Amino acid sequence: MLVDVDAIVVSNTHLSSDYNVLGLDAPEIAERARPGQFVMVKPNAADTPLLRRPFSVFELQRDTRGQLTGFSLLNKQVGVVTHQLYELPVGTRVRCLGPLGHPFSVTTTSERAWMVAGGVGLAPFLTLSWILHERGIESSLFYGARSSAELFYLDEFRQLGVSLELATDDGSAGDDGLVTVPLRRALAALAPSTPLRLYACGPTPMMRAVTELAAAHGRQTEVSLEQVMGCGLGGCYSCVVSVRQGGTTPRFVRSCLDGPVFEGESIAWDELTPHDGAS
Amino acid sequence: MSVDLSVSIGSLQLKNPLIAASGCFGYGLEYADIVDLSTLGAIAVKGLFLEEREGHPPPRIVETPSGMLNAIGLQGIGVRRFVEEKLPLLVKRRAVIIVNVCGSSVDEYVEVVRILDDAEGVAAIELNISCPNIKEGGMMFGNSLQGTHDVVAAVRRVTRLPLIPKLTPNVADVGSFAKAAHEAGADAVSLVNTFLAMAIDIETRRPKLSNVMGGLSGPAIRPIAVRMVHECHRAVELPIVGMGGIMTADDTLEFMIAGATAVQVGTANFVDPFIWDKLQGGLVDYLERHAIPRATDLVGTIELAAGNPSSKG
Repeated sequence: MLVDVDAIVVSNTHLSSDYNVLGLDAPEIAERARPGQFVMVKPNAADTPLLRRPFSVFELQRDTRGQLTGFSLLNKQVGVVTHQLYELPVGTRVRCLGPLGHPFSVTTTSERAWMVAGGVGLAPFLTLSWILHERGIESSLFYGARSSAELFYLDEFRQLGVSLELATDDGSAGDDGLVTVPLRRALAALAPSTPLRLYACGPTPMMRAVTELAAAHGRQTEVSLEQVMGCGLGGCYSCVVSVRQGGTTPRFVRSCLDGPVFEGESIAWDELTPHDGAS
Repeated sequence: MSVDLSVSIGSLQLKNPLIAASGCFGYGLEYADIVDLSTLGAIAVKGLFLEEREGHPPPRIVETPSGMLNAIGLQGIGVRRFVEEKLPLLVKRRAVIIVNVCGSSVDEYVEVVRILDDAEGVAAIELNISCPNIKEGGMMFGNSLQGTHDVVAAVRRVTRLPLIPKLTPNVADVGSFAKAAHEAGADAVSLVNTFLAMAIDIETRRPKLSNVMGGLSGPAIRPIAVRMVHECHRAVELPIVGMGGIMTADDTLEFMIAGATAVQVGTANFVDPFIWDKLQGGLVDYLERHAIPRATDLVGTIELAAGNPSSKG
């Protein structure tokens, strides 16, 4: 069930000059959100910039009694709306429509769960980790960023029992290179009979590389695609991605409704337009 | 004082003047859990050809100042699948269903409308004449008076349903197109469809839409749409369904005063899918405040200087 909340900003924590986390007073969304779902966000009441933008639900926030009070979103400044979200003062309001989209499927305890995140693609994995932790599922996070200064929330993941494998472009933490470096190593080291499900979120080439690498080891990956969206709930057909559903001819499906989570091997990667990031 | 929001578009009776615009509300069912479809005046569903259509590759939309461009490419399931799969579900939700019809030839329009005329639950046909006429080198039907006349007249012969051609604003004189539609047998006209426009990424030097050009919608176009609705109101004695950047009840009222009997809301619905109750509430507030008992009394009541040809008494 979808709601539109005019959520008060309860916190704005700058993680770096590009990234911030906005805490939002929206228990109605927090209560309904499943890992991998997103919200459509508008930080202004103006006609320009007109459209909402999609954001993963990042953290679920609770009060001292453990009651859900809201959620946060992980923001990276790349365009006009994300810039507004970076600067947004505590006490102002943000319209949040959600939760939306097809969530991650959570494994059974017999399967391991490996999450693979690139940059701001970290966002859907905190709520997923929480559920995995609750269910006692052995999980790891492979996390790549430009430098150690852009590796966020490591302690929060560790506290949920998630093993971390890091990679940075400049080698300042973890492996020197892309996140596929530690992933390749780990896949090779895992006995083929060990059940494993992968989840990937990050730049399109990263998700493609993870899907193909995992498939080469006989493993399936759920990817969380990011596309430019109009309405976020299936009304406009703006956000389509090319997917093979059963047959071999790829068809355009709405990434807001049938996604944003898809089986990686169903995506016609050659036809996917990488999100240009400006938002 | 209780106000009466009902309006008539020819034989089509609407409980209020608010219609969900085609292309902006899917097939309606996507919204059915959050919007009571029976409370809308009507829903104009996504445009249908005879066959399924894939539509254009992404990027299909671009945000522009106070608006957006779209080049969706009329992705659709085709009229037969609509009638089998969607129409019965919409009827169950007690929606008033206007089907937006597309075609790449006059024959295709006729065939699609025949199928809809046979089906149960269609309240009206909105003719999307902003489709390329494949036989005339891809020129849009609605860009020529002859093309407009040909489609409307051909479709008129196969249905008694209210027939509403949706006019393109990409013409020099939209009033003459309203006249052409009227002469060919239309029961009303709806306008405006989107304005042909484009945007370019200056770093890559490439168009921002994969289709190069697309249709501009949203608040940016509203003053032009109001002007065109008013021009058509002066040109023909036909009910007008007005649209173009309506975001609020005030905008709705502006269109009605200009000459629209009903309005369609499209882009605004992306920003706020819960807008419908707010629009209705705003209309009621205004009518009560002005002691106007019926919304329909407001249509075309723009006050012009002496010699005003505009009010339909």
